[in-house]
Amino acid sequence: MDKEKIKETALYDVHLKSGAKIIEFAGYMMPISYRGIIAEHLKVRSSVGIFDVSHMGEIEFKGENALEMVQRITINDASRLKEYQAQYSAMCYRDGGIVDDLLVYRFPNKYLMVVNASNREKGYKWIIENKMDGVEIDDVSDSITLIAVQGPNSIKTLQKLTEINLEKIKYYHFAESFLAGSNVVISRTGYTGEIGFEIFVSIEDSEYIWDKVMEAGKEFDIEPIGLGARDSLRLEKKYCLYGNDITEKTNPLEAGLGWITKFEKGDFIGRDVLIKIKREGIKRKLIGYAVVEKAFPRKGYKLFKNGEFIGETTSGIFSPSIQKGIGMGYVKKEFSEVGCSFDVIIRGKNVKAEVVKTPFI
Amino acid sequence: MNIPENLYYTKEHEWSSVSGDIVTVGITDYAQGELGDIVFVELPKIGIETTVAQPFGVIEAVKTVSDLYAPVSGKVVDVNNALVNEPDLINKDPYGEGWIIKIQAENKEEFDNLLDASGYKKLIEN
Repeated sequence: MDKEKIKETALYDVHLKSGAKIIEFAGYMMPISYRGIIAEHLKVRSSVGIFDVSHMGEIEFKGENALEMVQRITINDASRLKEYQAQYSAMCYRDGGIVDDLLVYRFPNKYLMVVNASNREKGYKWIIENKMDGVEIDDVSDSITLIAVQGPNSIKTLQKLTEINLEKIKYYHFAESFLAGSNVVISRTGYTGEIGFEIFVSIEDSEYIWDKVMEAGKEFDIEPIGLGARDSLRLEKKYCLYGNDITEKTNPLEAGLGWITKFEKGDFIGRDVLIKIKREGIKRKLIGYAVVEKAFPRKGYKLFKNGEFIGETTSGIFSPSIQKGIGMGYVKKEFSEVGCSFDVIIRGKNVKAEVVKTPFI
Repeated sequence: MNIPENLYYTKEHEWSSVSGDIVTVGITDYAQGELGDIVFVELPKIGIETTVAQPFGVIEAVKTVSDLYAPVSGKVVDVNNALVNEPDLINKDPYGEGWIIKIQAENKEEFDNLLDASGYKKLIEN
């Protein structure tokens, strides 16, 4: 990554003031942790935490053919979305490999796609290459701050700042409203597996909203959460991370994303190949596994069964909730059943592991 | 940043406390801060030989794994077994209860290659 291009989010100074440890991630200077990954992780599971996820990209689709365009470029069925509803989806290449996983939001006058920071340029280019007439596409990422507020006390925290009844915003729904007087989009979504919201706010109001949420969450000991805990939180729920668990070389069916692959919606990019893969059956499958001994899987660690290579780890971490090493990885289909045991090769040693039911917690 | 004056340091962020030919080894305050929550330390067996600048063990944080490098060649004469159940002692007290191993050095001349506190400070500031 070109050093000169490394960007700061609108909340960068807030992170510094909060004592964050900063790393470069996807072209942004981002907080990896503040107080420590484990403490931050457990705070989100038990109470509430606040995250700056402004590095995520936002791309708008407007015009008479906006829906048609979204339908063509994504694999889930966006025609099922009602206004103010969102869905998890993905874009695929013609060979079925994944361009990116993303969220599609249906507004009254547009569709908004929230894409991974690391894929923003690549994804935008892919969309433009496949652009249809009658649709206007805009990358609006630089004008939006995205703040996630996640955890069982997130509703109580945010309810203090708004008049809309947050209990009534269902999972994967959103509202355009006011939060502490600022115009926001507030969406009941997240990457932690807890009740939570993601707040889209203008660059100008970013710090103000962050401070207001911190103040409102004080009684619940709210604290800022870095990308480190974001990763451990999502891994415990077996949510895919692009670049690790899904890539251009993996397809949605083997990644366990068949549930968002809607063949019946009509044509979309990658459909033909994916139908063929489905008909022939997937050869490998993304599984979650736990390590029996005190050892920790990491990305790239190989998996063997009785001396035979069966797959590779795509994500691995010490799980703060279950205090064990957990991993995700692709294994040959015949070894993907829950309970199947195999060895993870950790620094040359065979360490016992087992396919477990996911989410892990 | 805590960099005690009475210790010696490696470029890989281990500290060494020298007493006769016994060298107590740990990782620095800077290193534990960079690693974050330490969840596991793979300790060597007592009696094994260490080679200067070669790995003698492994330290696992939540998201990352790093090798531990021997500041001097010699023989491991003690390991901090408290780290088996409380690896985060390294986070809490990197220069005290978080010590990792003791090496009986075989060649005191190797001490000359270690950094002093000001040399180490320069290293991490760059």
